Amino acid sequence: MTSNGTGTHGAVLPDTAPDRNGPIVELRGAGKSYGNIRALHGVDLEVHPSQVTCVLGDNGAGKSTLIKIISGLHQHTEGDVLVDGEPVRFTTPREALDKGIATVYQDLATVPLMPVWRNFFLGSEMTKGPWPIRRLDIARMKETADQELRNMGIVLDDLEQPIGTLSGGQRQCVAIARAVYFGARVLILDEPTAALGVKQSGVVLKYIAAARDRGLGVIFITHNPHHAYMVGDHFSVLRLGTLELSAARSEITLEELTNHMAGGAELAALKHELAQVRGVDVEELPEAEDLTAPVATSPSSEGTS
Amino acid sequence: MSMAQQAEPAVGTPPAPGRKETDGRTAERPLVLRLLARPEVGVFLGAVAVLVFFLIAAPAVRQGGSMATVLYQSSTIGIMALPVALLMIGGEFDLSSGVAVITSALTASMLSYQLTMNVWAGVIVALIVSLAIGAFNGWMVVRTGLPSFLVTLGTFLILQGVNLAVTKLITGNVATDDISNMDGFDQARKIFASSFDVGGVQVKITVVWWLVFAAIATWVLLRTKYGNWIFAVGGNKDSARAVGVPVNFTKITLFMTVGFGAWFVGMHQLFSFNTVQSGEGVGQELIYIAAAVIGGCLLTGGYGSAIGPVFGAFMFGMVNQGIVYAGWNPDWFKAFLGVMLLGAVLINLWVQRTATRR
Ligand SMILES: Nc1ncnc2c1ncn2[C@@H]1O[C@H](COP(=O)(O)OP(=O)(O)OP(=O)(O)O)[C@@H](O)[C@H]1O
Ligand SMILES: [Mg+2]
Repeated sequence: MTSNGTGTHGAVLPDTAPDRNGPIVELRGAGKSYGNIRALHGVDLEVHPSQVTCVLGDNGAGKSTLIKIISGLHQHTEGDVLVDGEPVRFTTPREALDKGIATVYQDLATVPLMPVWRNFFLGSEMTKGPWPIRRLDIARMKETADQELRNMGIVLDDLEQPIGTLSGGQRQCVAIARAVYFGARVLILDEPTAALGVKQSGVVLKYIAAARDRGLGVIFITHNPHHAYMVGDHFSVLRLGTLELSAARSEITLEELTNHMAGGAELAALKHELAQVRGVDVEELPEAEDLTAPVATSPSSEGTS
Repeated sequence: MSMAQQAEPAVGTPPAPGRKETDGRTAERPLVLRLLARPEVGVFLGAVAVLVFFLIAAPAVRQGGSMATVLYQSSTIGIMALPVALLMIGGEFDLSSGVAVITSALTASMLSYQLTMNVWAGVIVALIVSLAIGAFNGWMVVRTGLPSFLVTLGTFLILQGVNLAVTKLITGNVATDDISNMDGFDQARKIFASSFDVGGVQVKITVVWWLVFAAIATWVLLRTKYGNWIFAVGGNKDSARAVGVPVNFTKITLFMTVGFGAWFVGMHQLFSFNTVQSGEGVGQELIYIAAAVIGGCLLTGGYGSAIGPVFGAFMFGMVNQGIVYAGWNPDWFKAFLGVMLLGAVLINLWVQRTATRR
């Protein structure tokens, strides 16, 4: 059950991935502005091999922006992005993929009218034959895609059907299976469990754990602190584009994490407000003083915007 | 090293190899429906219908010679309809393709004549010019992000003006000088504009080129990486980019392929008529686009085939010549075309709904 027989992945990397102990990907004071919108500012983040870094935060906090910088979809406008200790500036996702960084985007990045198997291998197609007649290895691609999807618990009758005819969750599974298959060193998942059922969410979490055990660095973006706490080694909470919290697993409890995500002090204020509305039970909500988790050391998190 | 990269999902029970369990909810769709979901099947039926119609309505069509003429007419449209269709699947238009044909022919003709060079020199420079026009269109589209409709409308007007003005400037006339006495002409004519005998019927060589190009285009589209990319950049270019497809490269090379087609058809015109009328070509771009759409290519990109436009172009040639053979007023041609186009669009719409129905 541990081998799918083909054993070759699209991202062919030199076996000698730089032998260092530092992080694979590191952000130092990285930021990104879209015109005059400052979506991200002064963010530090490290992705170590065999570790899961969870990024949490409200809608619009800048989580997707953060990973788009790492995956090469956008370029950072301040700070540094380092891969294996070298500063990089990816101009296309291809460059990130070539470094073994694969991403499941929030919008999934699929082409609706194309068949499932073509979507699976899009951009990293398997080919055979010498140049002038080098062609797609369709049989092998279909077989591999089918196998990888079955491993995720997704059984499709027909891999030829356009991916646009799948359900949202099935599409998400295809995108995840694809990234897991091609991610050789770093796996980035942007809210991978958002549309998934309980079973598939469980599978995704197992995938994340399995990827970690294989030595990959994983960035896991989620709104669900329970999911994050199940697999995470490090937690970063973004708020309005800056790092609000950056803590190792040993430094924080699930409860504190949940409170932070809910926006701690704001939640206390909300509790106060709700208390005045008839019938809302606020006993379970925390007070502001309960929040004792370490706060990000980034000095710029104060006094901006 | 491959083992290190192996995904080892910790899923409980992956199905044993060999046993193929299925979802089981998808009823096998009737063969007819599955066939109709192919982009080229609708137009194939249309082409057969038009052929049968004229075989009955115009007895003259039944002769081999008439058929050769129909195929020749179809091939001159069809050779251009192929790259135009690929470009359309790739999500873009080229309104300059009609006048670009003339630009190419003018370049080759005037260059060879004015500098009294071997015509092959002109042919090669014309190829470079045509590819450059395509590259310019593509580069403008990907750099500016403007709709290709606008960009190529600009190129269309520029080329139309340049064709007329430069020709007048150099030859003092609206047409180029006859180059049939120049070195290399006969050789070039063999390749671009000769005929050969099939059972007593003269068939133009463009028919062969048309089918060869169609076969290559089909193979590229369905069996190569590049073909995969064409569908992807037309279907959703942002997604394509996100998974590592070189979107700009794909689009620019598609425009250059149209340039290649324009060059080929331009050379055909030059070597069959010996001179080039500088004002021609206007309106042809719409014929090419119509042939691609009738051929089942989705106007918005991401869907279509290369074989469909072959039948699309055949319908054009058949109707165009069929009306003549039937002895009707040729003015009916355009009306016929309009009906065909609308019919094709409706069929496409229906097919697409059926094909992607959940
Ligand atoms: N392409 C863009 N152009 C302009 N502004 C953008 C763009 N993409 C994101 N933004 C802005 O950047 C901010 C952060 O967006 P981002 O998508 O990173 O949030 P997020 O944390 O992923 O949110 P969600 O949880 O909803 O996915 C938002 O205010 C958004 O409006
Ligand atoms: Mg997001």
